[in-house]
Formats: sequence, structure tokens, C-alpha cells
Amino acid sequence: MLRILNRIARTGNLTEPLDTSTSLEALGIAVRRTLHAHFAGSLAIRHIDAGSCNGCELEVQALGNPYYDLERFGIHFVASPRHADALLVTGVVTRHMQAALLDAWQAMAEPHLLIAAGNCACDGGEFGCSYASLGAVENVLPVDVRIPGCPPTPAVLLRGLLAALGRTR
Amino acid sequence: MADVTLLARLRAALPDSVAPSHAAHADALLPARTLQLQARDWATAAAALVKLGARFSALWIDHGAQPWQGLALFADGGDYLLLRAELDSANPALPSLTPHFAGAARGERGWHDLLGVVFVGHPDPRRWLRHQAWGEDDYPLAAPTPAPAHTPADTTYPFTRVAGGAAHEVAVGPIHAGIIEPGHFRFATVGERALQLELRLGYVHRGVQRIACGRDAAGLLRLAARVSGDSAVAHAWAAAMALEQAAGIAPPSRALTLRGVLAERERVANHLGDAAGIANDVGFSFAHVQFGALRERWQRRSAELFGHRLLFDVLTPGGVRVDVDAAAIASLRADHTALRAVLRPLIDIVLDHPSLDDRLVGTGVLDAADARALGCLGYVARASGQDLDARRDAPYAPYDRLGVRVPVYTQGDVVARLRVRLDEIGIALDLLDALLADLPTGATMAAWATPAGGGTGLGLVEGWRGETVAYVRLDALGRVACYAPRDPGVLNWPALERLLPGNIIPDFPVCNKSINGSYAGHDL
Repeated sequence: MLRILNRIARTGNLTEPLDTSTSLEALGIAVRRTLHAHFAGSLAIRHIDAGSCNGCELEVQALGNPYYDLERFGIHFVASPRHADALLVTGVVTRHMQAALLDAWQAMAEPHLLIAAGNCACDGGEFGCSYASLGAVENVLPVDVRIPGCPPTPAVLLRGLLAALGRTR
Repeated sequence: MADVTLLARLRAALPDSVAPSHAAHADALLPARTLQLQARDWATAAAALVKLGARFSALWIDHGAQPWQGLALFADGGDYLLLRAELDSANPALPSLTPHFAGAARGERGWHDLLGVVFVGHPDPRRWLRHQAWGEDDYPLAAPTPAPAHTPADTTYPFTRVAGGAAHEVAVGPIHAGIIEPGHFRFATVGERALQLELRLGYVHRGVQRIACGRDAAGLLRLAARVSGDSAVAHAWAAAMALEQAAGIAPPSRALTLRGVLAERERVANHLGDAAGIANDVGFSFAHVQFGALRERWQRRSAELFGHRLLFDVLTPGGVRVDVDAAAIASLRADHTALRAVLRPLIDIVLDHPSLDDRLVGTGVLDAADARALGCLGYVARASGQDLDARRDAPYAPYDRLGVRVPVYTQGDVVARLRVRLDEIGIALDLLDALLADLPTGATMAAWATPAGGGTGLGLVEGWRGETVAYVRLDALGRVACYAPRDPGVLNWPALERLLPGNIIPDFPVCNKSINGSYAGHDL
């Protein structure tokens, strides 16, 4: 126990302030609408990999590490779409994931947002449309927020998520 | 390498009628030696290879060749043997390897779904990569198939059922709780204890093999980096090696050394991330946070010096896109020293923490016999007594001038798989120091030249997850006619089914994380 406390004390606070020096436009982040004002204090997100290479997942996961500490902004990931305000979709939509993605979207309470993260989800990326893939998420569902990148870095993801809450411009 | 090669021993074991002694271009796809067979003799050779103690590594169909060719890769230590047979164009079929090598089962089912090749004698005729996006008689890699406007869920897949009063099924996925890839797990349980687990994968099948066709070399490497994003370097390196073999191009030694640096950086990043993930799955948030922070710092350095946090698109046909100067080398070496200093006490805590032991020790035991039978790779194999690592056994530059230590444990449980990873972080740091201390001077790229008349190549590297293979055929214009990557996850996923029975369902996440198969790398 002492070793653990010692390590924690030596690690200190790694969490960094949000860097807003780059505009959303420069980052390529596009916001069609923000979440209903009642939800502006927090955002519950259900993530769905609809056909990603898993690069986006690694960076979305990194949002939870102490450098970004996503939850300090009131944003957290939830296990059920029924608990979620927003669906964060990564990857192209493979034909094999189409039904599961639509089911998750329909299971959500309104109002709800759809956030496409990563080039594949935004425009089809390296995979595009094929016998196996429907390409970009917007080919299947209306997209409210686009966060491009291959994959988008955690810093860019964080800016995009806060933009969905109307908290950064 | 064995004094007498697997090829020679197989030839001796087979009658002359099966294995003709003249071997045209047996060394064309090094490190493997190639043996051309008649398709009908495929299973005879497989049966002989079982007796010779070979392991199954990969199977693919070269659909860019006329006629199509079946290729199966086997190994004994670092001695690789590639069987090749031409398929009948009118009626493409091969005897199934599955009765001899269990690890071939799903690969064969997948190739059937994509190309319609019949694997005669396969014990399991169910679809695998095919869900409901194309029909039973459509083979999307062989010919364009009509795409439905809406693809329904594959609700009729015939899972292996368990019957009995107390037994019930738990269906999980394709969407899982958490930020991970999709796949379906079907558990049969009595109470909390799992009787059986059956995997259903293929949800992230993006059509990689089809998308690859027609690309140029640079385009193929972009795709290869995205076969499985956590293994961007491993897959890109395997593909680059195959391309360079096909084109007869030798990258300069500085480029090869830098590829080694990139591959070891990928290994460290993923092992740090998995150590964090394993801790998280048993609620040990201290180690989750600590390892997560170390991974983040490591990725930031990758972005700063190599241009990408996950090292995407850093390799290029003929070399690498990046170079390091003296200042970069100094900061990398300082990183290695700092990471060692932080890791030592952290590892002591993790491996000497009773409540963590309670969850990890003896959990998810993969027997050595199962690891061997399935042909498991990487840390999964090495935690179950399988002493294999392509960097040491079939050394390729830059590892041919380094000694690679290979940690092996025999317990086969979650903690053994964690220990292999933790050991490998330290070994990778030593390798990184050695690579940077002896970085050859010169160019970082050889000019790419399209091979006249096309060509084929085999790439084989030890990625962080294990042996990663790629086969490439280029047509006469230098465009990709066949790209067959084999992610190590393909051979490790079935291990999860073998190790889970007897464990409780709440231990499934940590068992799964300790294997950490790639869904994307499997589904392609």
C-alpha cells in the first residue's frame, strides 16, 4: 500500500488544461447541431465501432487517461444506448454492422446526437463503399458532428465532443 | 534453423509421386521454402507435417493467379515451408487441412465464403465471414455480388447448442460494453461458470482483400497500416517486405533499422496499453492509470519524432518516411531510461499484490497442448510454453545482428500472459537502445520500381501480437492482384474458446484482454 501511495504522490497531477488555440474549422470539426440545452452540463456517450481498424478505439480510450481525463468535463461513456445522449461512431459502416448500429440508434431516448469520429466514419476513409461496406456513417444515419483524423487524436476528439455540447467554438 | 529443413524432411516422408524431387524456385518466397504439390496431395502432406511436428501458420488462396493457387504456410521453429497447389478453375477445391491442424478451421471457412473454394473433408461447413450481406452462392472476392440496400442481422447462424436443465446461454455482442471492437460471444453456462464459449466474428469485415486489388505499392501500404490499427507497423512491414521481395528491391540498412525501431515502439505502446487494460478489467485502477499515462507519453513521442501517435503510414515501399537525428536519438534514449526507472517499481507492485493475484493467477489457463494444437502466436503462445519468436527464429534485418531474448512461461494463465508482456517491454527497450546505438548511415529509402512482368512476395515479421504474415501478387503493371494478410489474432482467437470453460463469466473480460485478438485483423 505504501508503495502505491508513494507512486501516486510522485506521479502528481498529469491532467492538462484544454488547448483551444486551434479553431474547430482548422481541425476540420463540423457541428451541425448541438445537444439540447438541458443536457449541456453533461454528455453520456455510447461508442460503436461500426467497421474501424481499431486505431480510433485506441484514441477514444486514451481520452480516459489522466492527461485528458474526459470525465472532468462531464462527459462519460456508458454501456447502453438507452443511457446515452450521443452515439459516437468510428469506422465505416460495414454491412455486417448495419443492423446493430441502427438498433442502437433506435434504442436511444431523444434528443440524441450522432457523432462520426475518424476519416472512415466521416467520409469512408481508406475503405469507402464496397460489397462489405456502406462507407461513411452519413450514408446510414444523419450525422451531427464530424471529427476527422486517421485517427483523430484525443485532443481533437475532446474538442469535437465539447463542440457537440456547444462549449467550444 | 534445423540442419535438415522441414522441406527435406517432408519430401523424405512423402512418396516420390506426391513430392517431385525437382523444385523449381523453391526459394522464391523466403524465408519459406516452397513445395509445389497437386491439390489432391494437399492433405497427405498435411498429415505428414503433423508427424514432423510442424505448426500451421497461414492459409490463403492467391486469386490473382491463373489458375488460382492454394498456399499454406507451416513452420518448425524458424524453418518455414510453403505448400502450393493449383486449383481447378472450373471447380476450385482443396482437401481441408482442418482435420490435421485445428487452427486452419475458420480460415478455410472464410476463404470459402469469399471465393467459393470447397475445402473437402472440412468438419464444420458453416459460414464464417459471411453473415447476410451476400448470398450463399455469391463469392464477393471472385465476382461482384449484388449489394442489398439493408443488411439484416445474421440471426440464423447455427451456434453449437448446449442442452440440459441447468444450462443456459448468454449472448454478448456484436456491440460490447466499453470502447472496443464488435464481435459476438455465445456462452453456455451453468450458474456463473462457463461450460462453453463460441465466437462469431466477421462484423468488421471491410473487404480488405477486394479493396487492395488494383492498388499501387504505396496504396497497399496505406491499407496494410489499417488492417489492424494497433499493428500498423507490423502489417505495413509485412506487406512492404512482400512488395519488396516481389519487386526485387532491397531497402537500405538504415531504413530496416528504423523499421525495427518503429516495430519495437509499437510493441511497447501496446504492451503498456494491455497492462493498463488487464488492470482495468479487474478493477485495479491504480495500475490502469499508471500504465495508461506511460502509454500516452510514449505515443506523444511517436507523434513528435515519427509523425503519428500510432505510427500509421511511416513505412513506405523501399524504406521509411522518417529519419532521426542525434537530438532525436538522445531524447529517445532518455525516454527508455526514464521508462525503465518507472516500470521497475510499478511491475513490482503489480506482480506482488494479493488482491490482483486473486483475480489473475490461475485464471484463463491455456494448456500448452492447446496452444500448440491451435498454432497460437506471440505472448499467448509464450505464456503457454511455446518458445517461438520470428525475430530470433527466422531473423530478418535488423534483428539478424541482434540477439532477441524471448520470455517463456508455462502457467498459461492471465498473469503469465501479463508477465510475458511486461518482460517484453524491457527487452524491447534494450533492443531500441541497441538499434539506435548502431544506426547505419545512408539513405532511408530505396527507389520503388515496378517489377517487369509482375511478381509475388512473402512478408513475415514478429509484430507485438505475434508472427504477422503477408502475401502479395503484383500484376504486370505493378498493381496488386492479391493481398493476403494474416494477423496473429487469427490463430489466437480460438485460444479464448479453449481457455474459458470452467472460468466464471465475470472473468471473461480479463481473459479476453489477456488474449487481445484483433477483430479488424481477423475480419479483414
